[in-house]
Amino acid sequence: MRAIITVVGKDTVGILAKVSTKCADYNVNVIEVTQSILQDLFCMIMLVDISKINTTFAQLSDDMAALGDSQGLKIHTMHEDIFNCMHHI
Amino acid sequence: MINTYDVLETIRMIDDECLDIRTITMGISLLDCIDSDINVACRKVYDKITEKAKNLVAVGEGIEKELGIPIINKRISVTPIAIVSAACKCSPVPFAKAMDEAAKAVGVNLIGGYSALVQKGFSAGDLDLINSIPEALACTERVCSSVNVGSTKTGINLDACAVMGRIVREAAEATVDKACFGAAKLVVFCNAVEDNPFMAGAFHGVGEPDCMINVGVSGPGVVRAALSKYPDANITEIADIIKKTAYKITRVGQLVGQLASKRLNVPFGIVDLSLAPTPAVGDSVAHILEEIGLEQCGTHGTTAALALLNDAVKKGGVMACSKIGGLSGAFIPVSEDAGMIDAAKSGTLCIEKLEAMTAVCSVGLDMICVPGDTTAETIAAIIADEAAIGMVNSKTTAVRIIPAIGKTVGEELDWGGLFGCGPVMPLKTPKPDKFISRGGQIPAPMQSLKN
Repeated sequence: MRAIITVVGKDTVGILAKVSTKCADYNVNVIEVTQSILQDLFCMIMLVDISKINTTFAQLSDDMAALGDSQGLKIHTMHEDIFNCMHHI
Repeated sequence: MINTYDVLETIRMIDDECLDIRTITMGISLLDCIDSDINVACRKVYDKITEKAKNLVAVGEGIEKELGIPIINKRISVTPIAIVSAACKCSPVPFAKAMDEAAKAVGVNLIGGYSALVQKGFSAGDLDLINSIPEALACTERVCSSVNVGSTKTGINLDACAVMGRIVREAAEATVDKACFGAAKLVVFCNAVEDNPFMAGAFHGVGEPDCMINVGVSGPGVVRAALSKYPDANITEIADIIKKTAYKITRVGQLVGQLASKRLNVPFGIVDLSLAPTPAVGDSVAHILEEIGLEQCGTHGTTAALALLNDAVKKGGVMACSKIGGLSGAFIPVSEDAGMIDAAKSGTLCIEKLEAMTAVCSVGLDMICVPGDTTAETIAAIIADEAAIGMVNSKTTAVRIIPAIGKTVGEELDWGGLFGCGPVMPLKTPKPDKFISRGGQIPAPMQSLKN
């Protein structure tokens, strides 16, 4: 099972470190990361493996959202299936 | 492989353009709950609903979290109660109470199926049920009711239209203290479908399996946003953009239905390819029509634009899911659509135009407030008109109008939430009474003779 974590917001130091530390805490393995800065807006997308996650998906998603709120960022954690189904035949 | 554009597009659709799954509806057959003792039957009904749907809300919320997409409603539809209650030979109101209690116990916000199918005449239990609808809707909170009065195959039961004119009025009168809300939970159909996941008209047809999951999608805001990027596209290109967007919306519905079906261990029925608006800003079907190029919904050109929209939604959705059903098309409930509310208030959108629109879109005269002094005969005639459109065009049509008791044109009814608020719209005043009082059956049209 894989999920996609997206982080969108104002660029600040240590965003990648904070999100990946949180992943490590929950035994979520980061597979791929892409990031870009669009007009001062930081945008990072992480593909992660959640098959060995040591908590519930809801907990991971809520914690990531809370981390985002505390940093002034929007963090979404969503199962990759929603992207695959929507954009591939 | 991550495609940044795709990922961000999905997130934008959900965050900014109100993309959601409108409903996961569990259809439950109550045929095995029939008993001549109404207390026994009601207990069986309560037990079966609470057993089958005990995990519905939790599973829905789990999927919502995992996919990151809101699933607004979790609902239940049941076998038309007139069939279940016929053997009891008494008022079926206790069934409505049992349904209401079961809905509260499992946490669903609406339960549909307090229904009767009388397109060709009344059988045992039908009139008992129909006459009890105003009381049933007034004494329950979550129960929805529907009555099918016509079909392409059978014609229109004009006696049933007459009765329903009276019942719609009584349902409003019995709930004056709740802004006549009873009538908002009552739908009169022609060509009712058996697997509709949308309220208030959902019921679980007798040809359906014991239990089934049906999904209704939404997404008017997404379609409008997609169109806004192409201000100079011609109308063929507009249709293509709508198709592509509808495909994406419907794929999510298919995924949610598959997951829900697997986790609840209940077969997956259909996806209803719908554009269902809400009164929220940015979630309006009227605004799509305005994006296509109408200054305001209801003006000349509205019917053509809606026909294109409705057709493109189906064409886009049909490839996105394995089984399609329900009402499938764009909905035009006046009180539940911010753009329609504005158009009705300004007088651009009138009931005659809405009637024309129902000939080319998914349902019918939906969530329309009419003056409180509208007679039962006039309501019956509105029902007959709408049923005729459905009968002749081999499509589902419905009437869900709310007589605003004690109010007149210029005032409004406000329910809040998904039901929204509706301005009272003017009707014609000459009487159709003689026509309605003739009674009998309008014969089935030539279109019925397909064999």
